[in-house]
Amino acid sequence: MIPLIILDDFILRAALAGVMVALAAGPLGCFVVWRRMAYFGDATAHAAILGVALALAFSASVYLGTLLTALAMATLVSLLAGRGWAVDTTLGVLAHSALALGLVAVSFLPRARLDLNVYLFGDILTVGARDLWLIGAGAALVLGLMIWRWSALLLATLSDDLARGAGVDPGRERLVLVLALAVTVAVALQVVGALLIAAMLIVPAATARIYARSPEGMALVAVGFGAAAVLLGLAMSLRLDTPAGPSIVSASAAFFAGSVAGAGLWRVLRAARAG
Amino acid sequence: MNRPVTLTGPAEGAPGAAPLIAASGVAVRYGAAPPVLRDIDFAIRPGEIVTIVGPNGSGKSTFLRAVLGMIPVARGQVTRPGGLRLGYVPQRLHLDPTLPITVARFLTLHQPMPAGQVAALLARVGVPDLAGQAMGTLSGGQFQRVLLARALAGRPQLLALDEPTQGLDQAGIAGFYRLIAELRAEIGCAVLSVSHDLHVVMSASDRVICINGHICCEGTPSVVSAAPEYRALFGLGTGGALALYRHDHDHAHDHDHDHDHAHDHAHDHDHAPQEKTAP
Repeated sequence: MIPLIILDDFILRAALAGVMVALAAGPLGCFVVWRRMAYFGDATAHAAILGVALALAFSASVYLGTLLTALAMATLVSLLAGRGWAVDTTLGVLAHSALALGLVAVSFLPRARLDLNVYLFGDILTVGARDLWLIGAGAALVLGLMIWRWSALLLATLSDDLARGAGVDPGRERLVLVLALAVTVAVALQVVGALLIAAMLIVPAATARIYARSPEGMALVAVGFGAAAVLLGLAMSLRLDTPAGPSIVSASAAFFAGSVAGAGLWRVLRAARAG
Repeated sequence: MNRPVTLTGPAEGAPGAAPLIAASGVAVRYGAAPPVLRDIDFAIRPGEIVTIVGPNGSGKSTFLRAVLGMIPVARGQVTRPGGLRLGYVPQRLHLDPTLPITVARFLTLHQPMPAGQVAALLARVGVPDLAGQAMGTLSGGQFQRVLLARALAGRPQLLALDEPTQGLDQAGIAGFYRLIAELRAEIGCAVLSVSHDLHVVMSASDRVICINGHICCEGTPSVVSAAPEYRALFGLGTGGALALYRHDHDHAHDHDHDHDHAHDHAHDHDHAPQEKTAP
């Protein structure tokens, strides 16, 4: 029964879109984890709802709207950083404000109000051919940026000073990450929705940390877990008629939980053998 | 103490050679605050060992970053020849445990090199068996040596170290500076370091620059340690260090150093090997 459904066109498109987002989110998510940018990712993603409202109000592309508000949010965060609040406070204020403001703005737009769930939780099953191209282009851009800047990004992540000593400008690398994050938010909105985009970034990377011995390995394993979560989540959504976005993130969370438990068990067994 | 007091002429490490870095009239400020550093005139020549000392918050690290071009200067200018090979050892850096990275990968990051060179570098800094080990599992001393190995990879003309021995014990500090002195002799690189390990500085440098927002005094270690500006800054805390230095190196010389520059230089050069055997 399952194989027949997989051949169905919209399922293929959904799977392809999800895997492409996972390809970009794997390496980017590692940087989010390494640089402790989880809240930053949340704030940028929540701002996407506001972007949707603005795009619909001005009859512009939703992709463009979310991309621009995500960038604006990132700029705002850097402007407010170091002005007397702790970073997590600043990000908490901005993330929730952006979400609330977005929801209020959406309520003025009848069409968006109807589709609110789509923007909050994604609607991967309605990905069309044009969406697929846009998601593919965005994911390729992010992946390309990650590969192109990999060693400089990694060096700047290890230490600003080390980067400067090697002629790498850490400010520019931060900008690369912010840009990559904004693009990811724009393309992942339809896949998992604004509320769960950060989960696509963080959960696979956090899972990968358990297995990886090198930064590159961690990015690859994160891509693997992300893609597997997309496929498993989609299958679950079809079987049990659950919402696709949350199902994908649930699958991702299951991988994480299984890995943590497995690693714990492995340690206990090894200790028992050694003792 | 507003004007820098230069107690000796320019360093004589390699007379005639063009400086690796030259700075004149440099000031550095962060935002609208008063400058952290001002009126900095500085040059370091090939092969010279220059050490920056100063109290906490005196602008030592800022000085290093400014002359290396890592931060913009508010006034004055810094000149470095194009293509200067710089090896930089940052202050002890905090490695996030979420980032898995082996020593070998850390060394080759942004500076690809064959595995043989990784092994050779690690052996040279005295930690030969660490290549496959995770950076997060290293001790403080091992970590600093790996940072040094990374800085040496490009065969630097100038090795710059920002308080490289923070958190090491006395034996570790002495060993680290002994290694630096050996490396200088091998590679012929100049060494510019920021330090508060005064007694080691005093025995291993060609020239010491004492900083407190500006250059208070500079010269050979013996000259600086006798300078009133230096004593005013470091007060009693350096009594031991100075005594140690004197004990080791002042021999039968009288204490008129600050009036007899030529004599001082002769002393330093004649006894250079002894000066490197730090306690």
